[in-house]
Amino acid sequence: MKLLKLVPDDTNIAFLKWRNIAVAISILMIIGSMALVAQRGLNFGVDFVGGQMIRTTFTQTTDAPITELREKVGALGYGDPTIQRFGEPNEVSIRMKLPDGADQDPELANTMADEITGMLKTEYPDVRIDGVDSVSGKVSEELLSKGVWSLVGAMLAITLYIWIRFEWQFGAGALFALFHDVALTFGFFALTQLEFNLNIVAALLTIIGYSLNDTIVVYDRIRENLKKYRKMDIIALLDLSVNETLARTVMTSLTMLVALVALIIWGPDVIFGFAAAMFLGVFIGTYSSVYMAAPILIWLKVGPDSFIPPETGGGKAERVGGPEEVG
Amino acid sequence: MLDFPRWKVISISLLLAFGVLMSLPSLFFGESHKYWPTFLPDETINLGLDLSGGSHILLEADPADVGETRLETMEESVRAEMRRADPRINIGDISRKDGTLSFMVRDSTQVDAAREALLPLTTGAGLTGQRDWDIEVRDDTRFVVTPTSAGLENAVDNAMDTATDVIRRRIDEMGTREPTIIRQGDTRIVVQVPGLEDPEALKKLLGQTAKLDFKLVDFEADPNAVSEGRPPVGSQIFPYPDNPAGLPNIAVKRLGGISGDKLTDAAQGFAPETNAPVVNITFDTEGGAKFARLTQNNVGRPFAIILDGEVLSAPNINEPILGGSAQISGNFTVESANQLSIALRSGALPVELQVVEERTVGPDLGADSIRKGMIAAIIGTSAVLAFMIITYGRFGFYANFALTLNLFLILGVMAMFNATLTLPGIAGFILTVGSAVDANVLINERIREERRRGRRVVQAVEVGYKEASRAIFDANITNVIAGLLLFIFGSGPVRGFAVVLIIGIVTSVFTAVVVTRMLVALWLRRTRPQELVI
Repeated sequence: MKLLKLVPDDTNIAFLKWRNIAVAISILMIIGSMALVAQRGLNFGVDFVGGQMIRTTFTQTTDAPITELREKVGALGYGDPTIQRFGEPNEVSIRMKLPDGADQDPELANTMADEITGMLKTEYPDVRIDGVDSVSGKVSEELLSKGVWSLVGAMLAITLYIWIRFEWQFGAGALFALFHDVALTFGFFALTQLEFNLNIVAALLTIIGYSLNDTIVVYDRIRENLKKYRKMDIIALLDLSVNETLARTVMTSLTMLVALVALIIWGPDVIFGFAAAMFLGVFIGTYSSVYMAAPILIWLKVGPDSFIPPETGGGKAERVGGPEEVG
Repeated sequence: MLDFPRWKVISISLLLAFGVLMSLPSLFFGESHKYWPTFLPDETINLGLDLSGGSHILLEADPADVGETRLETMEESVRAEMRRADPRINIGDISRKDGTLSFMVRDSTQVDAAREALLPLTTGAGLTGQRDWDIEVRDDTRFVVTPTSAGLENAVDNAMDTATDVIRRRIDEMGTREPTIIRQGDTRIVVQVPGLEDPEALKKLLGQTAKLDFKLVDFEADPNAVSEGRPPVGSQIFPYPDNPAGLPNIAVKRLGGISGDKLTDAAQGFAPETNAPVVNITFDTEGGAKFARLTQNNVGRPFAIILDGEVLSAPNINEPILGGSAQISGNFTVESANQLSIALRSGALPVELQVVEERTVGPDLGADSIRKGMIAAIIGTSAVLAFMIITYGRFGFYANFALTLNLFLILGVMAMFNATLTLPGIAGFILTVGSAVDANVLINERIREERRRGRRVVQAVEVGYKEASRAIFDANITNVIAGLLLFIFGSGPVRGFAVVLIIGIVTSVFTAVVVTRMLVALWLRRTRPQELVI
């Protein structure tokens, strides 16, 4: 039986040759993402800004009357609603900001919800309320700060772990790669204006975990090769390490993407944003392992001595591998 | 590599069998697993509210509210103690401000007596002898009573405990199944009710303090002053939305009323004459006696029925009510009368609760999420399985076997801990399928590599497992770190995702590394292949 080989055995791509351009592009992308977030902002869901989201299905209609809904909800005097389709054309979510003064009197938010659902039930007898999310200002602030802390905490804890398991240069490289991944994902959400909610924080943390997974596989091979080929030029060594792990990188990314495509196409509508973020994250994370995490090691002057304890340093030169394997 | 002792094979197999066994009850949700033999496990995973449909409601109390109520009670006690003292101590200029109570003793020779009389009020109910209130005398005759922080904390804590009990009774009265009511932190209560038809009714019921008072109407008050909110001396103004006289407010006497917390029963009924919905209440012995006295002394006068600071109605006392039961009329519907009777039966909340977060998912959306989640999981998993077979052949088959076992194990471990499966949790399952094969990809690619370098079959497999394990270990630790932070800081459904992620990482390392290694070792020993198709 002939088995599938996605990456030919003798693959030897000079990835690191393009490192300056790649890093320059990455930095531009990071700046671009930040500018997008600053200019367009994120489409925060009720989880993070408070307010109310009502999910409805118009059971007897093929298309939900979005324009009419916007007028009718707006006429209640609580400001303009954000109305979005989700899933089928007859399913919409109606999102409202917290009414003015709701911080002092949370009762106002309940009144608003009652009026909106009451209006829906009388105006559209076929409407079915599928879900209500209602978050007060105080709780949304807590959720936001918890979300920020979980991201910052995960990035720092992982960096620390890599520093301990490898060397400080690797920790710095990993942190930079993670920053890149998170920044670009934020940029993606600013660009598409997909709703940014609690699920997206989960997606961000999963992307961090996945991207690191990738970075570690490459780093582990670099560490191994640094001990093996002590005289090799660092750029050649990084290229070798990336090429040696390339088959695995491609294969794992593909299995992840296959699972995610299933989730995007057939999965529940509620987690579409989550799956989309993860899908993008697989690309960003794989890219950053090669073009962010690896080049930093060059600039931070990682060399063959990085993993040799001082007292035994230089004593094991006979472990140098054969030059025919260097390629 | 070939050396794989029998005891290892047996213990790994037993562990796998146990995990799969634990997962079975969850796979057959519903009634069917109840008929299974009793030696089989019957723990199942819980379905999160976002899948089963239901309401999650977070209630919060304002601690200042507790302090305010407590200060009011303190004022009443102080007045009573001073009246009861012998000789009576005259006090005046009582005021409550910034959480403290202050008053003046008119006769400076009575300051010591007043202090003596106050002392019993300031010690806590506990055995610790810790003081609940501090007394300070300023300018010789002014007393300032300040709650100690320990006392206040204690009071908030007690109020929240009582509130949790009251909430539980109210939800039980509604007849909903399997509600979860948990105190969270210092001032919050989480209520989770699966499969609810009308969350609005629940929210109204939970938000209602249900503090009932009967007070005599001050019918001598000047209507103009009352409508402007200026009470006559000795009276209080309450809003009266359904006032037949048309005024928005009504004045009632401060003293001489009774409170409605001394009830033994409350039930919805109908008024005999008008057939309008009412609430029939029954006092306990003490409350009944007080109510009898109140009505006896005030025949022909109106009294106000006050619920949560708002007057419901102010009927005339036509005759003394001696039987210990009474009828509360108001602008009720059958539904609202029923709700009020539930609230009264289960007791008043000692503190006002606000709904600060609500998440409701209808049963249809929940069922839809499960269906779509299952479809995506089946398609995603099949595609990954097929992909592994065409890439790694026999080794792909071993990886797939491990992956399938892994899914059972995740379910089994979750069932063992009675963990909750949420919608993001299903996404976590699918992601686990995508990432769990990573360990086998790492191992298999390494074996390919070692074969290319000319190692013999057994050696290549040996080195492949050994070298790949290091990266697998490090990579999964970082994933666990991310998962743990998500679990610590996450809330609700997202936590469900973190649970699946963390359990999935642990079980997948076990199945992907240990189990496949065993399968490969047994195969190598049996066939001793010279060539390896990988």
